[in-house]
Amino acid sequence: MTVLSRRAVLAVPLLLAGASEAAAADFAGALRAILKDRSPDEGAIAFDIPPLSENGNSVDLSVRVDSPMTTEDHVTAIHILAEKNPFPLVATFSLTPRAGRAEVATRIRLATSQKIVALAETNRGVVHRATRDVIVVLGACVETG
Amino acid sequence: MPTLPITARITLPPSAQRGEVVTVRVLVRHPMERAVDAPGLTPLPRKILHTLRVTYAGEEVFRMALSPGIAANPYLEFTTVATETGDLVFTWEEDGGTLYQREARLVVT
Amino acid sequence: MTGAWRGLLPLTALLLGGADVRPTQEYLSPEIREAQEDPSRHPGWLWVEEGEALWRAGEKPCASCHGGIAGMTGVAARYPAVASDGELLDLEGRIERCRTQHQGEASFGRESEALLALTAAIALQSRGMPVAVATDGPAAPFLEEGRRFYQTRQGQLNLSCGQCHDDNAGRRLRGDVISNGLGTGYPAYRLEWNTMGSLHRRLRACSLGVRAEQFPPGSREYLTLELFLASRAKGLPIEAPGLRR
Repeated sequence: MTVLSRRAVLAVPLLLAGASEAAAADFAGALRAILKDRSPDEGAIAFDIPPLSENGNSVDLSVRVDSPMTTEDHVTAIHILAEKNPFPLVATFSLTPRAGRAEVATRIRLATSQKIVALAETNRGVVHRATRDVIVVLGACVETG
Repeated sequence: MPTLPITARITLPPSAQRGEVVTVRVLVRHPMERAVDAPGLTPLPRKILHTLRVTYAGEEVFRMALSPGIAANPYLEFTTVATETGDLVFTWEEDGGTLYQREARLVVT
Repeated sequence: MTGAWRGLLPLTALLLGGADVRPTQEYLSPEIREAQEDPSRHPGWLWVEEGEALWRAGEKPCASCHGGIAGMTGVAARYPAVASDGELLDLEGRIERCRTQHQGEASFGRESEALLALTAAIALQSRGMPVAVATDGPAAPFLEEGRRFYQTRQGQLNLSCGQCHDDNAGRRLRGDVISNGLGTGYPAYRLEWNTMGSLHRRLRACSLGVRAEQFPPGSREYLTLELFLASRAKGLPIEAPGLRR
């Protein structure tokens, strides 16, 4: 009984450390899988996410990419990545010229304060990037009364 | 595969002119169970809507891959060029393969 | 209409005298307040849609007696209210009574999705209208009971409701702003819950917060407290379905 409960207490920090290392590895992996050795441009993305969120259960974000959205030149995908979430690739939006504008918004969960990355891929092989640091007061992984 | 109805709220402008870029807003009722097992959290098996496809008058115009990092009762906003009066059909796929569908009509003048 | 009621608020605040009780929407962050007013972005409207469907559903739907749900305008502003048999009912309790006594159906159950949905759809019909509960006559003893509950120090933290919601309203607690503790936004979609919930569910969280006994939804303790909270909110607008952190 004593041994078991001591083990349970000891296991918690170990598990947490393991989880955050895995998340960091997944984040780097997810970034690599999208970038495919391309280096991203900065500046073409207007990325709106509050710098401080009261609640990680629901954080509003919007992404607008400066693109003509023509057949010749358009955004094909917008990705949202969260550095310290258990699943770093939060969402991928697939667009066509029929979108008219490269503009999306959604609500995400954030486990903790971290870096959020928006990537936009174009049909010409260009990748745009924007990064924001967000502070989360209450993470998404808590449940109270 | 048959589709099931789902509670959703799709907001479109009452009408649009041909060529106008319209904003589409969608709220859909789903708990987006993450299967996170943390202290103080009730562990439930993962069950999320993982894909949304949107067709407009029969042609796919938008697609989203959702992860457990999308908030419960997912909210989404995107744009589409008004081409003709027709239905936007929203199809969500849930873990396990269940498909849910809702439609909204875009009136183009 | 909402705008017109808002115009009356400063006056109402004056009439309340010393106690400065302000609508909860004034304590919300600008983002949440804005989303609360926007049906295209407020998840609570998913429950409203379901509630409107329930209004018309079943062998003897609500609509068969009451007509369109718009006929419920103003009703939520008058609850909790004392029924003809002397029992104090909140809006949920009234709906459950209709189910069992008039519609010949089983009750939905407190905190059930169906009851939350129907309550939200009915409460929406009073959105923006001033709270107008009866606090005299048969309601008076219930009001006093609720007032005592509000004013009594409780739990391991030994706090009364007013020590937070009167003395410290506007200050921050756990990343949120303390409001005047009104029930006007309930049922509400809370981000912390990821879902819709009743005022009584919220009160259970308050009880837990001060490490006091949590009462079941629909209990006499929370019903009488709800009446007292509504008496504090007299003249302030119904915000249900609310959006809360």
